[in-house]
Amino acid sequence: MESYANAFVVLLNFLIIPGLAYGSQLALGALGVTIIYSVLRFSNFAHGEAMSFGAMFTILTTWLFQSWGWHLGPLPTAIIALPVGCLVTVIFLLGTDKLVYQFYRKQKAAPVIYMIASVGVVFVMNGIIRFIIGPRDQSFADGARFIFTARDFKEWFGLSESLALRSTTVITIVTAIIVVAIVFWFLNKTRTGKSMRAYSDNEDLALLSGIDPDKVVRVAWIITAILATVAGTLYGLDKSYKPFTYLQLLLPIFAAAIVGGVGNPVGAIVGGLVIAFSEIAVTFAYTKVIAYTLPEFMHVDGLAQLLSTDYKFAVSFVILVVVLLIKPTGIMGGKTI
Amino acid sequence: MTERNRIPFLFVAMAVLLIIVGFLQSWSLSLAILNLCLISAIMALGVNIQWGYAGLVNFGVMGFSAVGGLMAVLISYPPVLEAWQAGGNGIMLSILLTLIAIAACVIAYRMLPAGRNRQIGLAIILAISFFVIRSVYDPAVNAIESTNAASTGFLGGFGMPIIISWAIGGLAAAGIAWVMGKITLGLRSDYLAIATLGISEIVVAVLKNEDWLNRGVKNVVGLPRPVPFEVNLQQAEWFINLSSWLGVDIVEFSSIYVKLCYSLLFVAVLLVILYLSEKALRSPWGRMMRAIRDNEVSSNAMGKNITSRHLQVFILGSAVIGIAGAMLTTLDGQFTPTSYQPLRFTFLIWVMVIVGGSGNNFGAILGGFVIWFFWVEAEPLGIWFMDVITSGMAADNPLKLHLIDSAAHMRLIVMGVVLLVVLRFSPRGLIPEKTSHGH
Amino acid sequence: MSFLIGENMTGGYGGADILTNCTIGVEKGEIAVIVGPNGAGKSTAMKAIFGMLNLREGKIMMDGEDIGALTPQARVHKGMGFVPQTNNVFTSMTVEENLEMGAYIREDDISSTIAQVYELFPILKEKRLQPAGELSGGQRQQVAVGRALMTQPKVLMLDEPTAGVSPIVMDELFDRIIEVARTGIAILMVEQNAKQALNIADKGYVLVQGENRFTDTGKALMENPEVRKSFLGG
Repeated sequence: MESYANAFVVLLNFLIIPGLAYGSQLALGALGVTIIYSVLRFSNFAHGEAMSFGAMFTILTTWLFQSWGWHLGPLPTAIIALPVGCLVTVIFLLGTDKLVYQFYRKQKAAPVIYMIASVGVVFVMNGIIRFIIGPRDQSFADGARFIFTARDFKEWFGLSESLALRSTTVITIVTAIIVVAIVFWFLNKTRTGKSMRAYSDNEDLALLSGIDPDKVVRVAWIITAILATVAGTLYGLDKSYKPFTYLQLLLPIFAAAIVGGVGNPVGAIVGGLVIAFSEIAVTFAYTKVIAYTLPEFMHVDGLAQLLSTDYKFAVSFVILVVVLLIKPTGIMGGKTI
Repeated sequence: MTERNRIPFLFVAMAVLLIIVGFLQSWSLSLAILNLCLISAIMALGVNIQWGYAGLVNFGVMGFSAVGGLMAVLISYPPVLEAWQAGGNGIMLSILLTLIAIAACVIAYRMLPAGRNRQIGLAIILAISFFVIRSVYDPAVNAIESTNAASTGFLGGFGMPIIISWAIGGLAAAGIAWVMGKITLGLRSDYLAIATLGISEIVVAVLKNEDWLNRGVKNVVGLPRPVPFEVNLQQAEWFINLSSWLGVDIVEFSSIYVKLCYSLLFVAVLLVILYLSEKALRSPWGRMMRAIRDNEVSSNAMGKNITSRHLQVFILGSAVIGIAGAMLTTLDGQFTPTSYQPLRFTFLIWVMVIVGGSGNNFGAILGGFVIWFFWVEAEPLGIWFMDVITSGMAADNPLKLHLIDSAAHMRLIVMGVVLLVVLRFSPRGLIPEKTSHGH
Repeated sequence: MSFLIGENMTGGYGGADILTNCTIGVEKGEIAVIVGPNGAGKSTAMKAIFGMLNLREGKIMMDGEDIGALTPQARVHKGMGFVPQTNNVFTSMTVEENLEMGAYIREDDISSTIAQVYELFPILKEKRLQPAGELSGGQRQQVAVGRALMTQPKVLMLDEPTAGVSPIVMDELFDRIIEVARTGIAILMVEQNAKQALNIADKGYVLVQGENRFTDTGKALMENPEVRKSFLGG
């Protein structure tokens, strides 16, 4: 019995908890991609940069607050810096809409033109980010590192395997839940939120009903900017802030949005979790779990990994392709793009 | 200026820019830029074939270039016999097993009726073959990678002339494009963009991690060259005589001579590809392609043919990119998987095509030249610019230091702005596509 | 002059004229029906009145005011409601949300209007929390009409409301439309099912090739042998 408990602790420590945290980050990212897709009807390749951009301004504000001696006790200072990061990103994304995308909306340009324009935005944002904060890693986490440490856990349960719960993990999951809850409340309960869904569902009828398309687009960018900043900051807190990683995150984020069903907010959340858990489960080393649960003769010496962790992007890609082939509208049903 | 004079004028202006660099900086640098301009132009031609002719969005240029680069290694590097002895059989066996597994999947797919049974059947075959292949593959990889790990630790290549790899690189890229296209063409353009971006990330991940194949991040250096080495030239009698007759410094002249050799080879490849592309564009095939792109032929009238036409054009364009990728690795003389970044290898090529003129091969080439030129020269220009605007500040002013330090990143912003400005104000680019049915 | 009238309308979608000197009008509390063969410009005439098509000649008057220069959205503000023939509901949203979106331009309390719509279409009240996309064709049309009624329009325009529904559902829909008209709303609709539509029409317009061929009360048109022969199948 105890060996099963040990196996469970290993899974919890290295698969379930990290999967939830990473899944929350992907879900927030995918939600942003899906909202832009529903309202502006294009795949926004600059979303990863928006996450990086928002995280950067949150970090800069965090440093400022830290220099003023502001702290949140056990919580990271970044939490109070987050609203500032969100605000700057909102202003920036509304600016890109005004300078870049609005023109194509008036022209009723093909989605692919928006997509190429978003590549231009990637360049500009990437340049700005490197210009301001440089290409190197930045660390900005402070506050308590652990909710409980591996030693605490050992004292409580006396198992040979141990579990440490990092505070950034808990903050990631809790923040993601709160933000997602607010976004869903907004989309389903407020008049503006419903008008966004209406516009996404049937643009002509929405116009006929007197819904202001400019307002819908504006609100979509505001929500997206907030989601991107939160996702980017949480990812930076959980791992560390590397300006380059966000462009790479684009693939799992798109995969999450498409796997869940593009344009479907619930699908974005489900997709984020599916992608995160598959990536971690496939690249997880099962040696210990096998040792605890299976009879002796089945034990292995190596890592018992299905794939090396370097291939985690391949996992999201394969899932993406399989879903495209079997059910192009995604698990939860969305639009076919 | 008339339309006819526009193209020569723009290319002459480009040549003048390169000559200015030769005078102001150095001829060696000017030729180095020219060589990469030529390679960029070929990559841009590849993207133009896909986007300009057919409206396909390939955001996986990086992957196809990297595959071409890998082929340069595999063709030219001498085989590492010890490694072959250690694990060659295992690798060969796992390749064979992989082929068998694929065949089994295809057969199962054909035999089983669509539905749950087919899915389960395929899953079982895949799971079994995964573990069987791993059991052969893992020990072979370990054996190879531990063979003289510090200097080789990989199988090496075929020890053939590196120039052959340009063709093989094109073929390999075409093969990958065929598989990718089979899966994603026929879906909307966004999917192709995302899927190609994904496959390129995976290709680079493989190249970073499969040490037995190409040493991974340990890089393969010292690839053979299709042109002489500078040191050999400096000792050759005819070259010593030539440079003293010309009255130039032999070291610098050897470097220029080698770069010129590359330039000639690259120009030859560029001209061949340009000739074939232009011929294809004007053929009924090319006209049909553009008609499909512009929705002049309804998909109903063409039936399934549109997807197969798109597959052809996707494969051809990717092959061209693969050729350029092999040429780039040849020029570098080394293969460094970490250097493959999507901004540099995928999106910059897109800037070239959009700025040059989508749908026009000469436009794509000019775009390759102009954008690469400014990508390289943006750094000195940026530092000069920052020097000027911060000239009033003290030498140790932190803002001044930061600005000069970060000047190199300005080029990203500039590229983005150039792309956005051209896309908006001159969406047909510097050399617009010729429309046969003039509006 | 009628409450709403499109007078001497001439125009098309850029190319050749589809409408030539065509006049359509409707009074408050009345039902006016546009019928005619395929391609006669029935829907075009209605879209012209709603401002979805630029007219070369003619004018659109509502309540004595020239509204010809207004966008469709502005005409909604003026009191026009329009039910398109297809894609006329928000399929992913619930019935109640559809009605709320119909009332988007209103700033006042809409609960009494929703109650009126539910009274008119009791089935919608039952299904109010279901996505409109899951409803049957007839129920969807009720949602579409209900959505247009949410702005409390003075004129309701329906583009082939009975397309693709069964005869029983069609009769029921027409009953509901009569009820709507009784509340004092002017109703203008385009119909393929000419016989049934003219039966409930106060006024009928028979269009052929974008021109008025016959204009009379619904009853008179039904009795007109020429109309019967050519357009009502004997």
